[in-house]
Amino acid sequence: MGALFVFLHRAIMQGIPLMLGSTGEILTEKSGHLNLGIPGIMYVGGISGVIGSFLYEQGVGPANINPALAVLIPLLCSLAGSLLMGLIYCFLTVTLRANQNVTGLALTTFGTGFGNFFGGSLIKLSGNDVPSITLTATSNVFRTTFPFANKLGPLGTLFFSYSFLAYAAVIIAILAAWVLGRTRIGLNLRAVGESPATADAAGINVNRYKYVATCVGSMIAGLGGLYYVFDYANGVWSNNAFGDRGWLAIALVIFCVWRPNISIFGSILFGGLFIVHNYIPNIDVSTQELIKMTPYLVTIIVLVATSMRKKRETQPPASLGLSYFREDR
Amino acid sequence: MSVPAIELQNITKTFGHIVANKNVNLVVNRGEILSILGENGSGKTTLMNMISGIYYPDNGRILIDGEEVVIRSPKDAFRYKIGMIHQHFKLVDVFSAADNIVLGLDEKFNMKEASAKGARIAAQYGFDIDPAKKIYEMSVSEKQTVEIIKVLYRGADILILDEPTAVLTPQETEKLFSVLRRMKADGKAIIIITHKLHEVLSLSDKVAVLRKGEYIGTVETKDATETSLTEMMVGKKVSLNIDRSEPHENADRLTVRGIDYVNHEGVRILDDVSFTARAGEILGIAGVAGSGQRELLEAIAGLSPLTGGEIIYDNPKTGEKEDLRNKTPMQIRELGVRLSFVPEDRLGMGLVGDMDIIDNMMLRSYGKGKSMFVHRKDPKALAEKIIKDLEVNTPSATTPVRRLSGGNVQKVLVGREISVRPTVLMAAYPVRGLDINSSYLIYNLLNQQKENGVAVIFVGEDLDVLLELCDRIVVLCAGRVTGVVDARTAKKEELGLLMTRTGEKEKANA
Repeated sequence: MGALFVFLHRAIMQGIPLMLGSTGEILTEKSGHLNLGIPGIMYVGGISGVIGSFLYEQGVGPANINPALAVLIPLLCSLAGSLLMGLIYCFLTVTLRANQNVTGLALTTFGTGFGNFFGGSLIKLSGNDVPSITLTATSNVFRTTFPFANKLGPLGTLFFSYSFLAYAAVIIAILAAWVLGRTRIGLNLRAVGESPATADAAGINVNRYKYVATCVGSMIAGLGGLYYVFDYANGVWSNNAFGDRGWLAIALVIFCVWRPNISIFGSILFGGLFIVHNYIPNIDVSTQELIKMTPYLVTIIVLVATSMRKKRETQPPASLGLSYFREDR
Repeated sequence: MSVPAIELQNITKTFGHIVANKNVNLVVNRGEILSILGENGSGKTTLMNMISGIYYPDNGRILIDGEEVVIRSPKDAFRYKIGMIHQHFKLVDVFSAADNIVLGLDEKFNMKEASAKGARIAAQYGFDIDPAKKIYEMSVSEKQTVEIIKVLYRGADILILDEPTAVLTPQETEKLFSVLRRMKADGKAIIIITHKLHEVLSLSDKVAVLRKGEYIGTVETKDATETSLTEMMVGKKVSLNIDRSEPHENADRLTVRGIDYVNHEGVRILDDVSFTARAGEILGIAGVAGSGQRELLEAIAGLSPLTGGEIIYDNPKTGEKEDLRNKTPMQIRELGVRLSFVPEDRLGMGLVGDMDIIDNMMLRSYGKGKSMFVHRKDPKALAEKIIKDLEVNTPSATTPVRRLSGGNVQKVLVGREISVRPTVLMAAYPVRGLDINSSYLIYNLLNQQKENGVAVIFVGEDLDVLLELCDRIVVLCAGRVTGVVDARTAKKEELGLLMTRTGEKEKANA
């Protein structure tokens, strides 16, 4: 029983970055843009937070940090970093109408390189023996949770022991689902992704929707990187530790058929599948790696199932990946 | 004298060096229906797109209620109460009718109220609509209803309908017309684009005619007849001096009998089409755009599955008759039936823009040769021969086809298809977008093929060219053959009338 609770708890922790990444990507894809730069953007979101926090901790000393600033500085740095990535993507694909897949992949390569470069530089600056930066003080503030969480037993741990970013992730996902499904902005955004010519003829500013959706989506995804560093990894940055979580987030978008509310459960499921090998006794490394593959396998199964059912509501936005230019003829 | 609802003065619009509209003048009053009549590419849709804010005119003025206005976007058009019903519906498939109707509006988001208002408008003009129904579940006429309610919901009192009857059955058309008459009685100004003459005569008060982007004039419908309108639409015959030899063979090469084709949306595109193409002659196919020309050629080439009929090919080598319907596109090509198809985009089917001329030659010959490596020598020789013989203007044979001008692309495509000595050569719009010299070069190529005993099928849009180049002309209208005429004796007006003849008229004549 106890092991199950621990497993679920870890699955949720593992799932939060995926939830943020996929919610961001869903918003982007709903505007008709397939942003394969999400892994890079999440990486930049993480390292930007680390840079901000590192400079602040170094500046005032880890013991003297102000809790509010310790959260606010990395948070704003992370948002700014991922926003910048989103803007680059938008400028290339919306304004210049470059190929979205190529641009996205380039951004992922760039983002990873950017993160590793600054990660390496900070490690050198800090003069650590191990190839990582540890920002425990900031991480402790980030991981502040409900004071009563520990008093409620395993259920308390399962539901109340997370940091503000985790709850924010769930709220953002619910909010995104609400905006997409119930508001005029959501209706217009979905129209842009389905048929930009229709949206244009209906008087919707197509490019503005594309820019805003993609940039907001990038910022949300960037928070996933921030959560990973300061919550999941306890404030320890080491290059390439983020792994393939960004790709998992993109796979998750397909799994939850472009609905952010499903992504809440989907991300926890993916998180669970990603770590379940730790909870199965007596398996060797190769089996572990095979089990880590299951999220992708599940995604393929969902893709096959939705393609076979051909239900229009579970298909990707009709104009996903296509550029729009009004006077095209 | 009332002020016109909308007036256009000297509107001009160019795309690159192509003039889509030149000095167009229109006046529409309230409670009036104006038809805009013109052949394909005469600039009707471009003109309407400028009124609805999709395009912006290069020159000229638009006046609404006597005041000059600037329409830069669809939103501006709504502000002036202009609503356009596009030929290709601007609807989001996965949305419900109500979602589509309120799309892009600034009012408070309340689907319940919006649905009720939509239903009220529908009832007022005698429409049927289910606001919750998804667009992809709807028939074509239901979709059109949603489009019309969408613009009325926005308070439009100037309505533009771009070929609204092209996709409707006669009953649906009649229903639409009664709705339009009710709107007219309601004081709305209505502009309807069409090329069906009897609709123009039965519905509209005035007719404006465009020809090749130029404004020809406006007449009162009560003073017009089908013949007078056709004359305005097609213009006087222009002599082109295309060489035409007498056909010297007369063997039937390809006999099409009663073929039917229904597309994946369930729309009947070809309806009982029959004709014969003979060796050593050029058979023209005339018709307004989308009358089934493309599907017809694709059917012969084995690219679209037919629902009925047969295509009999007389094989000159064996003397046997073979039904092409039982053959794969590859087998049909091997028999010598060649399709050189140029749809709306310049490069067409059959050339890859980013590949060079030699590689494009290899698209037809990659299967030849015995080793695992492709054979590049013959295609290279062929490419160089085409460049030399057809005077293709290119830096080298290794230049990507995309970088060539339209005429040179066309020469490469036609050159490759005729290099295999076809017995049937199909060319669709081979001179579209070409200058005069390139056009004549293509005509000469087709004539040479004819003299070599090839059955040439030429789909064209310019009636003057069809009449001077072809030996016989099959006229298609809405997927049916409305006539086969001798190109040497036929009149331009005769073709124009056949092209615009509708289902009912044909039955009456039969």
